[in-house]
Amino acid sequence: MIAMTCRIHTGADGAAHWLDSPHFDGQGTIDVHALGSPVVPHPESVAVLVELDHRMLAALAGDPWAAEAENILGFTRYANGTDAPSRLVELVRARATGDSAVAAARALFEAAGYQVVVCADQPGRIVDRLIRPVYNAALRLVDEGLATQADLDLTCRLGLGYVDGPVERVERGGLAHHYDVTAALFETFGTPGFAPAARSVAAAQRRAART
Amino acid sequence: MKQSTNVAVCGAGGTMGAGIAIVSARSGHRTICYDTSASGLERARGQIEKFFAKSVSLGKLTAEQQARALDGLTMTTSLDDLGACELVIEAVFENLEVKKQLFGKLDSVCAETAVFASNTSTLSITEIAAGSARPDRVVGMHFCLPAQLMALVEMTPGLRTDAAVFDAAWNWVTAAGQVPVRTQDKPGFILNALLVPFNNDAIRAVEAGVASPADIDRAIKTALGNKLGPLELVDLVGLDTQVRLCDAFYANTYDPRAAAPPLLKRMVAAGLLGRKSGRGFFAYSGQAMFGA
Ligand SMILES: NC(=O)c1ccc[n+]([C@@H]2O[C@H](COP(=O)([O-])OP(=O)(O)OC[C@H]3O[C@@H](n4cnc5c(N)ncnc54)[C@H](O)[C@@H]3O)[C@@H](O)[C@H]2O)c1
Repeated sequence: MIAMTCRIHTGADGAAHWLDSPHFDGQGTIDVHALGSPVVPHPESVAVLVELDHRMLAALAGDPWAAEAENILGFTRYANGTDAPSRLVELVRARATGDSAVAAARALFEAAGYQVVVCADQPGRIVDRLIRPVYNAALRLVDEGLATQADLDLTCRLGLGYVDGPVERVERGGLAHHYDVTAALFETFGTPGFAPAARSVAAAQRRAART
Repeated sequence: MKQSTNVAVCGAGGTMGAGIAIVSARSGHRTICYDTSASGLERARGQIEKFFAKSVSLGKLTAEQQARALDGLTMTTSLDDLGACELVIEAVFENLEVKKQLFGKLDSVCAETAVFASNTSTLSITEIAAGSARPDRVVGMHFCLPAQLMALVEMTPGLRTDAAVFDAAWNWVTAAGQVPVRTQDKPGFILNALLVPFNNDAIRAVEAGVASPADIDRAIKTALGNKLGPLELVDLVGLDTQVRLCDAFYANTYDPRAAAPPLLKRMVAAGLLGRKSGRGFFAYSGQAMFGA
């Protein structure tokens, strides 16, 4: 079998360093656009993978060609803000994306040792969409005096078997980062669960005052 | 309360009650298992005996401790047998009227000094306490399923709970080897206030076409290190139970995340109740999960 070629296009942010020289079987070329590199068409490629931050694929590859390309996908290695990255890759499928492009992308990331999930191009993808409202609720419940922060975190560890509690986790990832993610979700969905919790709003305001 | 107390568990023929009876008997308390269902009590006694036998074989309990625990364990369908109890823990049906009535009856059976505790998941401790003429003696004591294995107990004072009564209940829980955390009397305390809406959001994500149930669970487990994905958990809890939890919370909070998602209701109507019916978000054959 001919080894698949993977071209990594690095941008100003120089991300996707974690995908260096993956080896896997398959045929053809995969183009990987690391975060910050301008996304251009590669009609000959099996897959064009666009690294995402908290924005949607449509925001980073919004050109008309991209909307019709059968080989385009977004991806992100899930990280809780500045926390250590996880082994999860969320693969974002656009409307026109074909199964062969999805299969090639999956093979690439699995060969690099990642767990791959496929999701639609919606804000927050899977993890942030589901976990950010939990962090909002946890921050609010502590503010409202339901329990101490330590007890709330302990309750989630002991009662739900979580590795860590929601408040310690959102703090570790960065409250201002939490604000960015939830503000984007709230802008789209407008539901109260996504409204950034007070402590994260304050953190974002402190960040703005510094810069 | 003293080292060894007379404890009653009401609803001991049920899922939670039997586990709570194990916790009590294991720590050396004379434990009266009360239930209106004799067959429930019989089943519970079998489960409790089996559990202690296994604990001994695993070296978690000595044979003497096992004998003492079983000696102190009695079963009854008569409320009058609870007269000498210093602590009564109720784990009867999750219904406000049923719980209020039970505490009202206990007023005339138990001494003025008795402590009344409720294992409710969704009801207000203050509202339950209103069923007793001694609301100052009622506390929330919310164990996790299965109580005999899970250390956590959410402990909640009602608006009229006496601080000394709360402390006595707290000390009893600690002495029984459990880990209490203090919460206010708000819907779902900590655990269910966070968990029920989270599980609903996962169901809504399926409905919104974000990803498949399998990918949603895999994403959460891989990214967060959780042992169970939210949809596996709903399958385990039962989709019908999830609807009941939603209805209980939504009626109290009007939090849109707590409202039962339309997909959940459709699945219940279709008989897809989760593990117990063989299919929910995933398909099950026997105990093993297949497909998905
Ligand atoms: N199942 C859970 O995961 C869980 C977890 C934590 C707390 N809880 C709470 O524990 C309580 C019991 O839940 P469960 O799941 O064990 O229910 P269950 O239906 O398994 O058990 C309830 C038991 O109470 C008995 N009962 C009902 N009315 C009674 C009465 N008036 N007097 C005496 N016995 C009576 C029933 O015969 C039954 O044996 C509820 O308040 C529930 O919210 C449940």
